[in-house]
Amino acid sequence: MSSQYPTTWRRPPQVLTDRRWRIALQVGLLIYLVLAFGSIDVNWQRVSEGLERGQRFVMGFLQPDFMSRWRDISQGLIESLTMTLTSSVVGVMISVPIGIGAARNLVPRPVYLVCRSIVAVSRSLQEVIVAIFLVAMFGFGPFAGFLTLTFATIGFIAKLLADDIEEIDETQAEAIRATGASWFQLLNYAIQPQVMPRLVGLSLYRLDINFRESAVIGIVGAGGIGATLNTAIDRYEYDSAGAILLIVIAIVMVAEYSSSYLRKFLQ
Amino acid sequence: MSNSSTIPAEWSHRSRVTRLAIWAGWLALVALFVWCWQVMTETTIWAFVWDAPRQAGDIGGRMLPPEWSYLPELMQPLWDTLNIATLGTVGGVVLAVPVSLLAARNTTPSVVVLRPVALFIIVASRSINSLIWALLLVTIIGPGLLAGIIAIALRSIGFVGKLLYEAIEETDPKQIEAIRATGAGPAQVLTYGVVPQVMPALWGISVFRWDINIRESTILGLVGAGGIGLKLNASMAVLAWDQVTVILLLILATVVVSEWISAVIRRAII
Repeated sequence: MSSQYPTTWRRPPQVLTDRRWRIALQVGLLIYLVLAFGSIDVNWQRVSEGLERGQRFVMGFLQPDFMSRWRDISQGLIESLTMTLTSSVVGVMISVPIGIGAARNLVPRPVYLVCRSIVAVSRSLQEVIVAIFLVAMFGFGPFAGFLTLTFATIGFIAKLLADDIEEIDETQAEAIRATGASWFQLLNYAIQPQVMPRLVGLSLYRLDINFRESAVIGIVGAGGIGATLNTAIDRYEYDSAGAILLIVIAIVMVAEYSSSYLRKFLQ
Repeated sequence: MSNSSTIPAEWSHRSRVTRLAIWAGWLALVALFVWCWQVMTETTIWAFVWDAPRQAGDIGGRMLPPEWSYLPELMQPLWDTLNIATLGTVGGVVLAVPVSLLAARNTTPSVVVLRPVALFIIVASRSINSLIWALLLVTIIGPGLLAGIIAIALRSIGFVGKLLYEAIEETDPKQIEAIRATGAGPAQVLTYGVVPQVMPALWGISVFRWDINIRESTILGLVGAGGIGLKLNASMAVLAWDQVTVILLLILATVVVSEWISAVIRRAII
């Protein structure tokens, strides 16, 4: 009898309790993986040619060259940073009324639906795709990037602000309402004190995201450090590209730590 | 009675000094904004900006009606896009697990040497967008799906690694203590103490990241890394805006479906 007992313990399955379903799922996964790996078409000769370039890139990363393209890099950085700040400020300014309009407990149903659809459109379109269109309309340069980031900021801040307003403590709003306050007074004395710390935190977080995104949308022509990086890679100047990437990583790290510090300080 | 003169007649939320400080802070922000705006728009050609509504109308007119006959041609790139996202996620998770074990304070073998290295890997991967990784990889290993998959995987390491190491740090030490008390070795503590606790989090994070990766992989083709973005780039290069409409709608549909799938799976797991 004792030989019947297993010597090691195994956790019984939790989600799919039927053995047949588990086997079907595993076989399906296996078939998918075979098909998916079959669809990768790798030109190994090209890869081996490129490995030398990869090595140069790693070398460029280890010995970055900040100096020889410093004018282009600083120009790109200034564009990126100014673009980040202006788009965050304008984006937050626009998204506050939209966020209030998208809160179910504050506005009538038609306003709610309009504001929520603005948020949905802004969130579902990707920055890069928006940037392509805006570059086509407004011409190359940081202005198109500014508009792209503003557009993306609206969806992000307005959604989180609206969700926040919907989750406020209703008793405080009720108390203000009981004093006979108008809608604007309600907003000012009941809603604003409750959501303000979080709104500041979200804006700082978005500032951080906007800087990261500004490095990407430059690739499609919207100015900033991304354009400089794209040029450096196109010229095969990996040491300059490595320098730009290191600067981006450093700024993101600084922004992340200081924004999390500021948020802790404000809350 | 003597200190009644120091009590202000009217109640206010903040003292005078904090009010002044807050006011100065806002003033500084406005000044900074105006300065940044001037620096940014120095090189802007305003003629193009004022011309934008006309351009928008022009492009909008060309985008409609969508050329639906182009849709069957997009199925192969769409399959490629799904593969980039899925295989990239798998690769990213496989690479992220050891990194997060090194980064978590309670599982790392050395706090002084290995933990900072792992944290740097996580930050570096998080701060460089997958499009930039793809741009680099396309010049290194050539255009195609492989560059896209590796780009997605490298980008996913940071995201999965960060969330996973936080989950590992939040594990219940009592359970690990109990396993250790049975005389288990480090590997056994990991498999019986840590892994069962973080497994649901790992699945949730992976599915969440897969959903984001579907979004990101649709545009990787713009720099040559395969998938539906390649078609988008080609259609825009020949100014076939009616095809662009079809591609954008297909991308939108894919994103919505993937978001729905990930929401369903996460609800089932958590």
